[in-house]
Amino acid sequence: MPNYSIKVNGKSHSVEVSADTPLLWVLRDHLDLAGTKYGCGIALCGTCTVHVNGSPVRSCVMPIGQVGDGEIKTIEGLSEDGSHPLQKAWKTVDVPQCGYCQAGQIMSAAALLESNPNPSEAEIKEAMNGNICRCASYQRIHEAVALAARESQS
Amino acid sequence: MSHNKNEQRFSRRGFMKATSLAGGGLLIGFTFFESCKPGAEPALDLAELNYNDFNAFIKIADNGAVTIFSPNPEIGQGVKTSMPMIIAEELDVDWKDVHVVQAPLDSKNYTRQVAGGSQSIRHGWEPLRQTGATARQMLVNAAAARWGVDASECSSSRGVITNAKGETLTYGDVVNEAAGMEIPEDVKLKPVSEFHIIGQEIGNVDIDEIVTGKPLFGLDYKKEGMYYACVARPPAFGQTLDSFDDSEARAISGVKEVVRFGDKVAVLATDTWTAMKGKKALKLSWKSDTSLESTAEHHKILTGLLDGNSFETLRKDGDVKKAFSKADFVLERTYESPFLPHNCMEPMNFFAEVTPEKIHLVGPIQTPEGTANRIAEVLERDVADIHLEMTRQGGGFGRRLYGDFAIEAAEISNLTQKPVQVVFSREDDMADGIYRPAIKYRIAASVKDGAITGYHLKEASINSNMYGLIPNFFPAGALENYQVDVAKFDSKITTGAWRAPYTNFLAFAEQTFFDELAELMETDRIQLRLDLLDNVKGTTDDRIQYSPERMQKVIRTAVEKSGWGSAPDGVYQGFSAYYCHNSHVAEVAEVVMEGGQPVVKRVVCVVDCGIVVNPLGARNQVEGGVIDGIGHAMYGDFAFEDGAPENLNFDGYRLIRIKEIPRVETHFIKNTESPTGLGEPALPPAGAAVANAIKAATGKRLYNQPFIKELKDLQIPKKEIIG
Ligand code: FES
Ligand code: FES
Repeated sequence: MPNYSIKVNGKSHSVEVSADTPLLWVLRDHLDLAGTKYGCGIALCGTCTVHVNGSPVRSCVMPIGQVGDGEIKTIEGLSEDGSHPLQKAWKTVDVPQCGYCQAGQIMSAAALLESNPNPSEAEIKEAMNGNICRCASYQRIHEAVALAARESQS
Repeated sequence: MSHNKNEQRFSRRGFMKATSLAGGGLLIGFTFFESCKPGAEPALDLAELNYNDFNAFIKIADNGAVTIFSPNPEIGQGVKTSMPMIIAEELDVDWKDVHVVQAPLDSKNYTRQVAGGSQSIRHGWEPLRQTGATARQMLVNAAAARWGVDASECSSSRGVITNAKGETLTYGDVVNEAAGMEIPEDVKLKPVSEFHIIGQEIGNVDIDEIVTGKPLFGLDYKKEGMYYACVARPPAFGQTLDSFDDSEARAISGVKEVVRFGDKVAVLATDTWTAMKGKKALKLSWKSDTSLESTAEHHKILTGLLDGNSFETLRKDGDVKKAFSKADFVLERTYESPFLPHNCMEPMNFFAEVTPEKIHLVGPIQTPEGTANRIAEVLERDVADIHLEMTRQGGGFGRRLYGDFAIEAAEISNLTQKPVQVVFSREDDMADGIYRPAIKYRIAASVKDGAITGYHLKEASINSNMYGLIPNFFPAGALENYQVDVAKFDSKITTGAWRAPYTNFLAFAEQTFFDELAELMETDRIQLRLDLLDNVKGTTDDRIQYSPERMQKVIRTAVEKSGWGSAPDGVYQGFSAYYCHNSHVAEVAEVVMEGGQPVVKRVVCVVDCGIVVNPLGARNQVEGGVIDGIGHAMYGDFAFEDGAPENLNFDGYRLIRIKEIPRVETHFIKNTESPTGLGEPALPPAGAAVANAIKAATGKRLYNQPFIKELKDLQIPKKEIIG
């Protein structure tokens, strides 16, 4: 099996997996970074969202062979100590129900705020529409993204 | 009329024991779930109890810090936060001094777990308060003994005990003496007016772990040397495995083993992806001895049941037939719903390690005790060999009441003698569901001289019928002539509980029926319901558990809070009210037309669930329940062809997304009644409120779910769904 060297949350890792292995399973099964979740495997639920060079990517459909020297960021690397404005907003609003989708939601939101620090309501909905929350905590997800944007502005 | 079923008596002797900790402090063990079961009798004598018999603990350290160890399965309903809140309230400590800990994995202490189910708070209310109050009393008794005064002269507040002279001791000061105190039999509970934790907005106790991506869920569990297992199961209900060829699967690097068990074949590999690939590489041939079922066929069968006379009558008051024959008119309508998969965000999974000595099981399950028993049976082992641990659960909705996935894990590990984690792909999760059954309702009501004189509800369902309480829900008791009949068809497709079983669709049928009936009677749709509820007041029928007074109150409050009847131009309102899980709920939905399509913009939801333990978590349940109800009513469609579901992932099966949600405004009725269910009751009325609003907006009356099939315009282009 081929060997890949990838950069995750600022650290280099080398893994031996087949070239078609999605980044999701490399993170979860080989690097013990279980914060990134599996929900559908076909890029339709967003639970597996990570950043590659700052852009949101559904890691379930990105084969390891395509990652190259891209900088990967997962929920574990979003902040040192849970202090990212979105993580704080998620706590203030008390967003989660079961919590399973939330890492993916936060990573999608983080990518949005990177590129658009002051999104409109419609822009928040647009950016978050690829993330399913089966518990339907959507109202709070929206509220928390808007709150984090406001807090980062001030 | 309120039936308080919470006040079961129990002996503190049976479910509690206190002891001092080696390092200082007090440990109180109690049986969290046994004590929460209605009418549960403590199984054992105090003398026989040891700490293995308890599954929850309060630890008070000698610095006063309080830890509540909870073994509770948390599926998103928030009980891991709210149940310890109830204990902390009566213990009389500050919430900020309380630390809630999920029962540690690999502990031998947690051997008697029973899932709480959706009634956790209702059944737990009294025993949890007793637990906290008992511990508080022991601390007060210890302080009184030290001062040489009577305990009745001492009071406590936020972890500090004060005597008549104004001297104080903290819980930490007396905790070691308290450990030696006798467990008091009669403790006083706080009056509701003195609550300082219950009723406060308390955040989810796992929030830090969730937002930083810590391993919490079943799929996150790992053990050295564990294999991931993906299982090929018969693709259609009614099929069995004929033969298979695993040579290609075995040739994949990383595939470690392939085993057949029953009609299933498991592929074990060193990572999940390889196990999934290995499963796909199996060459399987299936056979079936009988014909395979389809939705088209079910449709005919269920309609045949409604038209026929093979019903079982669940409730019969007066004579509906006679009422119908004398009526000015009879309105009869039929309502249809499809099967629904649960689609928990975390697909089904379980870890098992079976060795000759023991069976170790870890994963998300709502019924650990029953599942352990079944595994013992299947493997022909002693249940005492089984150690089962629960993880946080990525959604339940009823699916994790069934332990099929855990049994599979145990069987595979038993055959291979390897530690394995069974992982369902999303496709497996949808194909091997225990679905909400497809159901049809037919409702008929007679009207004479401007009044409803009879009501006849018929249910035709797959595999099972409504549970016994439902025939006594509204409008039972409001009408002289009332009848509920049920019939079912035995299918090979597995069905079971799905968030608010039966009522999740029955509420839609009933509450749109009343809306239509009010229109035909040319009467006010709200007043019609209020008048019917008036008829129930003072009923002596103790099968009727809903309260007409509480129902009227939620209806009137919803009218007021929503601005019912005074919506701006272009905003169309729909109304619905329903009682289930001992809670009363009324909802008003508002719809506007955008580009020729009805869009739900706002839902006002008024809930009477008694005392609201944690408003922050409670509102989350209501918001989720309303949106879940709307989403499935609008989009949930799950058809079978040749015994197999037509859609197996989110490309074909649509769940509601953030763009489609209304703003949900939640209001709780303030009262001092004991808490009742909240995980489910907000869901059932949502579909009807929206359908009634769509009727107001478009003139189209909806009878079937999902609505998109009847309002094709609602179908948004596929590419918009893809994120
Ligand atoms: S698991 Fe990747 S989008 Fe669903
Ligand atoms: S919180 Fe359960 S899926 Fe989003």
